[in-house]
Amino acid sequence: MDRIPILKLGRALLVSIQVDIHDRLAKALEEDLSERIVATGARGVMIDISGLEIVDSFMGRMLDNIAAVSRLLDADTVVVGMRPAVAITLVELGLSLTGVKTALNVERGMALIGSGQYEEIDGDDALEGGDERNDG
Amino acid sequence: MEDGFATLSKIVGERESAIVARWRQLLVEAGGSGRIKDAEVEKQCQDFLASFVAGLGAGATSVNDPAYAKARELLGEVSRSRANQGFTPTETATFVFSLKEPIFEQVRASYPDDAARVASLGWEMTQILDQLGLYTMEVYQRSREDVVRRQQDEIAELSTPVVKLWEGILALPLIGTLDSARTQVVMENLLQAIVDQSADLAIIDITGVPTVDTLVAQHLLKTIAAARLMGADCIVSGIRPQIAQTMVHLGVELDVVSKATLADALALAFQRTGRTVVRKAIAKG
Amino acid sequence: MSATTDEVLPIRESDDVVRVRQAVRVRAVAAGLGLVDQTKIVTAASELARNTLDYGLGGTARIETFTGSPERGVRLTFADNGPGIPDLERALTDGYTTGGGLGLGLSGARRLCNEFEIDSVVGQGTRITIARWK
Repeated sequence: MDRIPILKLGRALLVSIQVDIHDRLAKALEEDLSERIVATGARGVMIDISGLEIVDSFMGRMLDNIAAVSRLLDADTVVVGMRPAVAITLVELGLSLTGVKTALNVERGMALIGSGQYEEIDGDDALEGGDERNDG
Repeated sequence: MEDGFATLSKIVGERESAIVARWRQLLVEAGGSGRIKDAEVEKQCQDFLASFVAGLGAGATSVNDPAYAKARELLGEVSRSRANQGFTPTETATFVFSLKEPIFEQVRASYPDDAARVASLGWEMTQILDQLGLYTMEVYQRSREDVVRRQQDEIAELSTPVVKLWEGILALPLIGTLDSARTQVVMENLLQAIVDQSADLAIIDITGVPTVDTLVAQHLLKTIAAARLMGADCIVSGIRPQIAQTMVHLGVELDVVSKATLADALALAFQRTGRTVVRKAIAKG
Repeated sequence: MSATTDEVLPIRESDDVVRVRQAVRVRAVAAGLGLVDQTKIVTAASELARNTLDYGLGGTARIETFTGSPERGVRLTFADNGPGIPDLERALTDGYTTGGGLGLGLSGARRLCNEFEIDSVVGQGTRITIARWK
């Protein structure tokens, strides 16, 4: 059974949901993401739903779950690429997706991640000359 | 009952041309048929009469019976074409109702000494033709509604242009009342524009919206919520003093930043997208 | 309004919910519904199919296209022999956050449809018919 691949993109993890996601896949994704956030120290999770033709309450709950878990692990969740028809339907359905930030695309989404006030400087990097600090 | 229909079917079938001739004469007298060519009217009358005979022959008591399917189809065409050409409802229904007299004349001629028979057949004929007449009216009505709906759609399309004010900043100047049908069109246009232009902000200007009651506010809120779900934000501009007062009295709350003018909204949009407008001295000479 | 042939799909496992969505999408496109209308009916179908599976303990979805004049669209009927819904009125006003209610999201699904009829008897099952037209 396939699992949805998780990519590292700078300080974030990127997940691209293309297929009709069903229960097992959703649960596996939630688990995989929390593990990877901790393992990589990611500051954000970007979920690209530009391939989704519909988002129902099941999907909404999954996104909310991911956001809640991520927050506990000190990472932001950004949902990008929602299609207009999906947005209109979600509003009518009454799903507000309050726990997530949204952006038009991955590029915009990256700007929303870790947009806190403090920029972290890794002690080791500072000693080594600081170039790695600019890694994403 | 069926005996009567069978008789009617026979009489009408045998005297078709006479009936059609008299029918057309009555239609001309009723007026309005000058807009349609004679040959076309004749064909419509003949075709309908033939299908009517068939329906009578099958003995169906209701025009919803499949035996009258052809008749209904023909009436549907007659009705729709007249609706599109601007005939009045009465003119359209007259097509069916003026058929009564010619048929009744033939029935009377067939049974000159049997008043009871004539009355009974006349009554049965009238019942069926009344139903067909009403059907004609319904189709006419629906056709008119379709025309109106099409026009409304066009108006909605024309009056909801989305304008690009700046890179990533859109404006949606709304003009006219905002009902649920228009809101759909507005939402779709705006959201698509947000995608096409990768917009961060949409300024919804409601200067041209006459009233903002709870319903209109709901439509606005839905539009704003949808835009936000996609990652863009909105600013509302053009709220006139009276509108602001009405909204407060109604307890309408718009969970969005609002500015009095489009200019103010644009200034805010620049600020939010990290832009500054600098005035430079214009070099003289 | 004439209806064309309908199909009945079983809802026994979560993959069936996906199949129902896909079948409804195909029918909606065939009926000539615009993209937003398609999305709405497919989303409503997904909600109700999932309810049929999770709450109704499995059931069926009947999908019908109707092409009459003036309306053309899709009609769906979800039926199960599950526990039924007690206090239907409350279930219809409940949202997704349960707070004691069933959280079936029926009110949301209803807003997505032009037609919404529900029949439910505790201990016997539930039947919901929805439709969306052009």
